Amino acid sequence: MGKAPVIEVRDLKKIYRQGFFLKPVEVLKGISFTVYENEIYGFLGPNGAGKTTTIKILNTIVFPDGGEAKIFGRPLGDPESKKKTGFLPEHPYFYEYLTASEFLRFCGNLFGMKGEALEERIGSLLSLVGLEGKEDLQLRKFSKGMLQRIGIAQALINDPSLVILDEPMSGLDPIGRMEIRELIRSLKEKGKTVFFSSHIISDVELLAERVCILHMGEKVAEGKIHDLIGSRGVKYYEVDAKGVAGNVERLRELIGRRDFSFIMRNGIVQVRVPEEEDVDLVIDAVRELGGRVVGVIPARVNLEEIFVQRLGGEENAG
Amino acid sequence: MQVKTIALNTFRETIRDRILYSLLVFAVLMIGLSYFLSELSVGDFERIVINFGLACVHVFGAIISIFIGITLVSKEVEKRTIYSLISKPVSRFQFLLGKFLGLSLTVFVTTLLMSVVSVLIVYLQSGNFRAELFPVAGAIYLELLLLIAASIFFSSFTTPTLSAIFSLSLFLIGHLSPQLRFFGMKAKSAFLKGAALATYYLLPNLENFNLKNVVLYGVKVDGGRVLLMFGYFALYFAILMTLSWVIFSRRDFK
Ligand SMILES: Nc1ncnc2c1ncn2[C@@H]1O[C@H](COP(=O)(O)OP(=O)(O)OP(=O)(O)O)[C@@H](O)[C@H]1O
Ligand SMILES: [Mg+2]
Repeated sequence: MGKAPVIEVRDLKKIYRQGFFLKPVEVLKGISFTVYENEIYGFLGPNGAGKTTTIKILNTIVFPDGGEAKIFGRPLGDPESKKKTGFLPEHPYFYEYLTASEFLRFCGNLFGMKGEALEERIGSLLSLVGLEGKEDLQLRKFSKGMLQRIGIAQALINDPSLVILDEPMSGLDPIGRMEIRELIRSLKEKGKTVFFSSHIISDVELLAERVCILHMGEKVAEGKIHDLIGSRGVKYYEVDAKGVAGNVERLRELIGRRDFSFIMRNGIVQVRVPEEEDVDLVIDAVRELGGRVVGVIPARVNLEEIFVQRLGGEENAG
Repeated sequence: MQVKTIALNTFRETIRDRILYSLLVFAVLMIGLSYFLSELSVGDFERIVINFGLACVHVFGAIISIFIGITLVSKEVEKRTIYSLISKPVSRFQFLLGKFLGLSLTVFVTTLLMSVVSVLIVYLQSGNFRAELFPVAGAIYLELLLLIAASIFFSSFTTPTLSAIFSLSLFLIGHLSPQLRFFGMKAKSAFLKGAALATYYLLPNLENFNLKNVVLYGVKVDGGRVLLMFGYFALYFAILMTLSWVIFSRRDFK
């Protein structure tokens, strides 16, 4: 690596007390990971995995019950590292009686920013997140997606070196998601470190260089996303052919591979093949029999399958 | 800088609060009403108007301080606006102090407004300009600051409803303090005696902030009394803020 660690998390634990009897539940069971300078790091996991809890600990909103974490090599809550950090909370809620620009001014003041420099920063951030013309609108009149955007703007007000985003894409339409992806990439180009959480594998896949996968408070995997989910994240390819329904046995012989599976559905034969190269094999055979290939669909791996794969299915009982 | 920013934002938040306006309008109407009341009653008109005006400053001030005070912190936690605040270079103590100062400023403005109206009504009624009302209202303001600190303290560990009950009790018992002491001295049962005296010594004696006799009966206040009042305020304020901070600095916001 050779790069400086920006976030270091070691054996982090958190216990919440839930229900009427305040039963202790270990929502983080000792997780560890490291985010290095200028990385885009994805924090992936299904609902309830503990992503938000970890992020809240990093931002001193809740306290850990074990382990430790450092940001910029300093203990959590250190004002110097807070000055260099930006944070977007999950489902952002802000003072609804403030207008967009009043709110950003308030945030800037908390970082000691003021005057002309701050006003310029506010203007450029509002246009960066696509809220130009909304500066005098009260936040109570903002839509969910607009709140997400102002949330991103406030996270960037201090031009932070580290940006922590909890579900940055949630509440946004497809164009909005794309814009945020672009924005995250441009942050990396400016030398920033981005740590973001998501439960949507494709968002992480498109952006993150490395990921940490969390499941039920435990780290299931960490590394480059392609190493974790296989080549391009594809499980198998599904080749759909018409006009060969009466000839399935012949097709099987022609292809001559035992590891392919054949399924008949409404006169369409579906052949599942493990590798991209195998697709041609099927197409050739179908053509030889006078049939037509009507579709080739890559079946993507989803998060659950990775967990099942990694955990050997044992966790699923609970 | 951070404290000032949070304080000014809190001031703006409370000033934009509709409840505050309703209370204030009601208070001013009540004070105005005393003008007509004095016309109807027999006796010392001026004293009635002064008494009534100061009572309004006191009671409405307490209601505003307590009912906005208990929501200051709990609303930030409940609406999760505190997330984006505490993640910035703002310590939890700065947050508490900023919230306190913001509401203090709001209550200062409302107290001043009600006092000015009272002085005005007295002037209209009797033709006398009774500027002594202002220092008396100032002493009430010190008490209100303690009530804000107490409301923040209670709301740092319990629900808004319970905080309101505790703060209101503190307000009422705080003014019954002399009676409590009297009762404690006279009580036959050792338990009652102990309970009354413990409450007397533990809770602030808010009658220390009552300087009404200055305007009503021309009682002179010496420096010692004023010093006692400020010392008393400083002591209780420090205790309440420290306790709030100790509780608040360990709390999970969720
Ligand atoms: N304040 C709380 N009190 C009790 N339990 C909590 C609290 N907050 C979270 N939990 C529990 O902690 C676990 C992890 O929650 P967390 O919000 O960290 O998940 P997440 O990975 O962010 O999920 P999502 O994708 O839904 O945002 C869940 O089981 C949740 O029920
Ligand atoms: Mg979450």
